[in-house]
Amino acid sequence: MQHVSTLRRWQRQVRRDRWLYLMLLPGVIYFLIYKYLPMWGVVISFQNYSPGLGLFQSEWVGLKHFERLFSEPTFWMLFRNTILLSVYQLIFFFPIPIVLALMLNELTQQAFKRFVQTVIYIPHFVSWVVIAGISYLFLTPEGGFVNELLGLLGQDKVNFLMSTEWFRTLQVTQVIWKEAGWGTIIFLAALAGVDTQLYEAARIDGANRWRQLWHITLPALRSTIVILFILRMGDIMEQGVEHILLLLNAVNREVGEVFDTYVYTVGLLQGNFSYSAAVGLFKSLVGLILVVAANYLAKKSGEEGVF
Amino acid sequence: MARRSFGEKGFDVINIGLLGLVAILMVFPFLYIIALSFSDEKTIAEGGLILFPKGWSLEAYRYIFSTDTLVRSLYNSILITIGGTIVNLAMTSLMAYPLAKTHLLGRRGLLMLVIFTILFSGGLIPTFLVVKWTGLLDSLWSVIIPTSISAFYLIILKNFFQQIPEGLEESAKIDGANDMVILLRIVLPLSLPAMATFALFYAVNHWNMYFHAIMYINDNSKWPIQVLLRQIVILSQSAVGDSSSISDETVLPPQSIKMAVIVFATVPIMLVYPFLQKHFAKGVLLGSVKG
Repeated sequence: MQHVSTLRRWQRQVRRDRWLYLMLLPGVIYFLIYKYLPMWGVVISFQNYSPGLGLFQSEWVGLKHFERLFSEPTFWMLFRNTILLSVYQLIFFFPIPIVLALMLNELTQQAFKRFVQTVIYIPHFVSWVVIAGISYLFLTPEGGFVNELLGLLGQDKVNFLMSTEWFRTLQVTQVIWKEAGWGTIIFLAALAGVDTQLYEAARIDGANRWRQLWHITLPALRSTIVILFILRMGDIMEQGVEHILLLLNAVNREVGEVFDTYVYTVGLLQGNFSYSAAVGLFKSLVGLILVVAANYLAKKSGEEGVF
Repeated sequence: MARRSFGEKGFDVINIGLLGLVAILMVFPFLYIIALSFSDEKTIAEGGLILFPKGWSLEAYRYIFSTDTLVRSLYNSILITIGGTIVNLAMTSLMAYPLAKTHLLGRRGLLMLVIFTILFSGGLIPTFLVVKWTGLLDSLWSVIIPTSISAFYLIILKNFFQQIPEGLEESAKIDGANDMVILLRIVLPLSLPAMATFALFYAVNHWNMYFHAIMYINDNSKWPIQVLLRQIVILSQSAVGDSSSISDETVLPPQSIKMAVIVFATVPIMLVYPFLQKHFAKGVLLGSVKG
């Protein structure tokens, strides 16, 4: 038996599992065509791609599009807008689910807790278009709720939607409204895993609620917080086109345009396939490096990595 | 002792009050929009703060159902959501099952292939070109096929399948059943709660999707409801606007109609939400995507 070659053993295994391989086929074809073919398609960012000529006949231009990208002031605008939105979310959004989860965890009435949970998860399932639509109807200077309220308080109307100062606040507020409640799930799960005996012991030792929070609850959340924080760091280049595209207009473009929306506008609407593919490739590469680095840091700090 | 319990009571009251406020902030926008969609256009035009329908009117809804555009986009959204979810579930479970078999030759390589797509993508433009090249542009398939498997859900489902005891499958195998039969007759029926969760997550994604539709579908008779909503609420509102994406919109639809469309774009999600809620906490807790 020892002399059976590896190749023969593999052949036998493949024959035995032929149904499994058959079942894999549609999925593998899907990944190859819709995920890996586009990865190969990034070669157009080194070409002057023209749809008429196709991938093989288009002229090669080397790094021309990247040189153009790095020399344009637009690049720094995109970079600043993307990073700033991410940093604001890290500061203003990231802690909120943790605080909400801690507050929910302190509730003793289970019925009220379930009610609050049910309600605060709802916005997660609402589309960005609906959220943007609601925001527009609330904020419009022509009879919108918020401006009416400002009017009642004797304040001037503010055109939140057509303003460079309010864009980031609006964007981050929408993210908070949509995802803050949903974000509590992962922390509540971590909190449910805490041994209740620890709290009893602490009470007997005379620890009040704040001390229990500090010495038992927060340490229990530590690894979840670290992992999520590091993952967010890895995602710093990701500011979703689906969300931001809905808020952009000619007025706020200078603070709102991010890499993804720029690729969409310049590439699909204006037809600069090669240049915008280069912008997209730059963003994806930086994103990949950040994710791998973040994962490495997570493992370094003694937490379990994500992959 | 007494003072501490007084302090704790105070804490409880504040905590309940704050969480109640958060809950109200989360639902208030919906209630406001629903109230206004049932209000009479004149009352809205008068302005002021409205919390309850004033001048009760079904005019907005009557108008919506009198136009082809909205009914057609609702129909498209329903087709995309049902068709898309079926494709998602079939493709995801077919691929997750073999990957759950640790003895499968090449399994690790395939898992790496899948996980790498989470970390890196070719980007919007190359993906668009592939969708175009595969001939899907301007058909509803363009928003179904290119997203038929979510790598995240695939790996969670694979982990779920791995936890099903082997014994059941072994005995079926001895009875001569092949892997396909085992998946359909044994594994899937045992995984119904998980499949229900993924069905609902996938369905929500399809219903809420607009970006793929504006990229891949030019023909406005094939637009889903979210694209129509974007057209009539957002693009018509920003008068300065994104001129590149405004079509020939000239008449501003009245507020109550905009609100009624928002209600239609949201209600189906609210209808499935109670069913979804039981299961989803489990689905979210992926923890890790380790192979």
